Amino acid sequence: MKFQRYGAVAGVAVAASLALSACGSNNNAPTGPTSSASGTSAASSCPSGTLSLAGSTAQANAISQWKKDYQTKCTGVTVNYNANGSGAGVTSFIQKQADFAGSDYSLSTTQAAQVTSAGRCGSGSAVNIPLVPGAIAVVFNVPNVTTLNLSATTLAGIFNGTISNWDAAAIKAENPSANLPNLAIQPFYRSDTSGTSYNFSNYLHALGGFAAANKQWPGKAGQGAKGSSLVASKVKSTAGAIGYAEYSYATEDSLSYAAVSNASGAYVPLTQTNAANFIAKAKVTQSGSDTKLAFDYTYAAADAYPATLVTYEIVCGTGNDSGQLPLIKGFLTYMDSSAAQTELTSEGYVPLPSAIQADNATAIASLQ
Amino acid sequence: MSLTHTSPVRKAKNSVAWVLVAIAFVVAIIPLVSILWTVISRGAAAFNANFLTHSMRNVSEQDANGGAYHAILGTLEQVGIAAVITIPLALMVAIYLVEYGRGRLAQAVTFFVDVMMGLPSIVAGLFVLSFWILGLGFHASGFAASIALTILMLPIAVRSSEEMLKLVSPALREASYALGVSKWRTITKVVLPTALPGIVTGMMLGIARIVGETAPVLLLVGVTDSINANPFSNAQGSLPLFIFSESQNSVQTAINRGWAAALTLIILVMLLNLIARLIAWWKAPAAAR
Amino acid sequence: MSTDRPGPAVTEAQDEKPPTPARAGLNAKAGLGDRLFGGSARGAAVFILILMAAIAAFLIVQSVHAISADKVNFLTSFTWDPDGNTTNGVPTFGIAAIAWGTLITSVIGVLFGAPVAIGVALFITQYAPRKLGAILGYIVDLLAAVPSVVYGLWGLLVLVPHMGGISKLIEDVLGWIPMFKTNGTYGSSIFTAGVVLAIMILPIIAAIAREIYRQTPREQIEAAYALGATRWEVIRLAVLPYGRSGVTSAVILGFGRALGETIAVAMVLTQVPGLVTRILQPGGNTIAANIAVQFGEALTTGRQALIASGLILFLMTLIVNYAARLVVRRTGRAGA
Repeated sequence: MKFQRYGAVAGVAVAASLALSACGSNNNAPTGPTSSASGTSAASSCPSGTLSLAGSTAQANAISQWKKDYQTKCTGVTVNYNANGSGAGVTSFIQKQADFAGSDYSLSTTQAAQVTSAGRCGSGSAVNIPLVPGAIAVVFNVPNVTTLNLSATTLAGIFNGTISNWDAAAIKAENPSANLPNLAIQPFYRSDTSGTSYNFSNYLHALGGFAAANKQWPGKAGQGAKGSSLVASKVKSTAGAIGYAEYSYATEDSLSYAAVSNASGAYVPLTQTNAANFIAKAKVTQSGSDTKLAFDYTYAAADAYPATLVTYEIVCGTGNDSGQLPLIKGFLTYMDSSAAQTELTSEGYVPLPSAIQADNATAIASLQ
Repeated sequence: MSLTHTSPVRKAKNSVAWVLVAIAFVVAIIPLVSILWTVISRGAAAFNANFLTHSMRNVSEQDANGGAYHAILGTLEQVGIAAVITIPLALMVAIYLVEYGRGRLAQAVTFFVDVMMGLPSIVAGLFVLSFWILGLGFHASGFAASIALTILMLPIAVRSSEEMLKLVSPALREASYALGVSKWRTITKVVLPTALPGIVTGMMLGIARIVGETAPVLLLVGVTDSINANPFSNAQGSLPLFIFSESQNSVQTAINRGWAAALTLIILVMLLNLIARLIAWWKAPAAAR
Repeated sequence: MSTDRPGPAVTEAQDEKPPTPARAGLNAKAGLGDRLFGGSARGAAVFILILMAAIAAFLIVQSVHAISADKVNFLTSFTWDPDGNTTNGVPTFGIAAIAWGTLITSVIGVLFGAPVAIGVALFITQYAPRKLGAILGYIVDLLAAVPSVVYGLWGLLVLVPHMGGISKLIEDVLGWIPMFKTNGTYGSSIFTAGVVLAIMILPIIAAIAREIYRQTPREQIEAAYALGATRWEVIRLAVLPYGRSGVTSAVILGFGRALGETIAVAMVLTQVPGLVTRILQPGGNTIAANIAVQFGEALTTGRQALIASGLILFLMTLIVNYAARLVVRRTGRAGA
């Protein structure tokens, strides 16, 4: 009966696949900057298991580096980060698909209500823990132009389609010495619900007469792309494009970015120090383990870059899954540590002000 | 039309037709060759032993190392589970439709199988997402993807097995019955072995198709860059998904990896197709082609 | 979306009667083996029936939830905001814009793909020498197996940057028609997505057409040659009429394939809201791509709305598949 022959073939296939599953390796020798944290904390306090995270693309590059360090330190941990955007991240969190989520805007009342009605945190609620401050780079791709000054009003016009060419009078007025070509402007925005969209539209609303802040980009012109990575990619490959993404994407893709105007109309170039100066002036509201930052767009120092954001980790204050709790606390503690925060600078972010860092440490320790 | 004389008009029409067909051929070949050429040439840059045997754990997008092993393993496991579920089930249903069913059940099954053939793969993914993951509370896993792949493969497998079983000459069956062999023995010892090469070919082609399915996997398998050999718990890699996510980057190292993964996937699909055709060719006498 | 393999599935009429099973054995009483085996076969059939019916029922129920929660007309609204992100929590969604996108990209795909595919099939069967034809046939079959994500990758990274020239040319010639106007930007447009779809369905249509043309009765071809026909006249008089219904069916199947294509289109198109009528300008959306982009952040209503749109897409492919089957059935066989 031919089944014997097919059985032999099947047996070989099974053996081959078993061998195949043994011959792959997770061991990738690090080529990037390694954290100095590996030696400092006690390795014996490492949890083990798989941590499933989701959320903001703005913090994705920071998480990518922190994952590397934490997984090297604690080899029994696998951290999975699904950078599906702030909105999708919170949705994943509410649906219990993520242990905690990264979101560039704190939980809205609607979302908090959903957390309660879904019973996500048992009888408790979720808290916001700010951990990744960063700057929003207005990236552009104009041939032969590497720096630009763009006021909030001009940006609002560009993203609403009222200014549609790079040699428009408004842009020329702000950049008299730039060699602006006759090239159609192609704005790119985030098609998904994005914290970056929320913070950038917040800035444009405060200083540029743009529509009110919305995580669903309210601009009237341009094309949508899903995720900061794709926005940066589209800007890079399209002549005349302009978009917005966290600063680390601008450096990673070698994109030019603009200096934007502050409340007094002066142009502030994007540097991490400038962003830090602006973030330091944010109003901090704390209640229990929950910490929220509200940016003060009226702050008009010449060295404070106003288009910034902070990524919060949305995590249950109480009611976390007991099996996952050590992993959650372990990684959050690492993210809040000085070693990790110092590393943020080299990744294109802004370290947390130390006061907030201290508050976070208390909040994280009290998670249940 | 004259038997001996071809008018210049007819000659001209003939030439024009030949030119048009040749142009059509060239127009078709250019993009297809371009795709294969691009995949091979750009994929070769990152396609090496390290790529095939390492995952992306602890590798950033800008790093040049890292590989697709976690994705290859994930895809093989997801497709493997789907095949293990689909093949016996589809076979039994096909046997029922051809050997047993005459009445309403057979008609209903045939109707639904035909209907499900048209199910878009993304809708199958949505179904499993809503029902299995969000409805029943499971998490993203390789097995969730396997369920969707099973749903997609079942109608094709049932149809092709049915066709192969129908091709078996009735005389063979009658001879077996005439010898007093029971029905189930006739099916398993006469009909199935005769139709088996065609069935195996059909199954392999079905598997080759679901290997490349990205849409359901995108919704169901989660995101991870480490090796997860357990398809039942936690996110697992997937080769088509790996290609998709690397393509969303603009860093050259990520794009290179995307092309290399595309090359890997094409090789895998081609291998499965070739094996299917080899089996068909090797066992040619059995099929009534 | 599934495809039909070339071969008996198309060249035979679909409702040909299965061989009459001989009554089992001399002994009419079924043994235990027979009962068990027959029972398992029947059980498998019942299981699959329940499974498929349950899937259909689940999808329909979820869709009904969504549509009844929709505050605007599901079939005519251009907005997609089922979770109310911009409408203050009010579910506002309709499939008009995305269904249009699905249809127009698939129509472009078939418009470009079908004639080229038929040309390729004719070339392989009527013009190329036998051996070359066989090799080319193999290549076309293998190309039908390339996964759509690879087409998407190529479309995004190779085709989109190069579509500017052709798009501008079309705009220059046909720009007086509003559909072909642009605002000066090209690339990730509905037209490009349609071209990618054309390339994807080309091997599928060509493979089936090749099979059909290959089976044109030799007598008819030889009779035409004997009457002094040129090669083109032979094709026109013998080959094309014979394959007309089968190839039409193949083209319709290719159209159905294009309708359900998700990933290649999602990778090529950038999103713009509302109805997109300018097919050369970047931006667009299809039902399938919309699902792929929105599923992550969709809350309950959002997901149910996506399922409703998926069901509409399913209906579209069902109608198309049925039409393909009808075309073949009416003539009794694949040949005219």
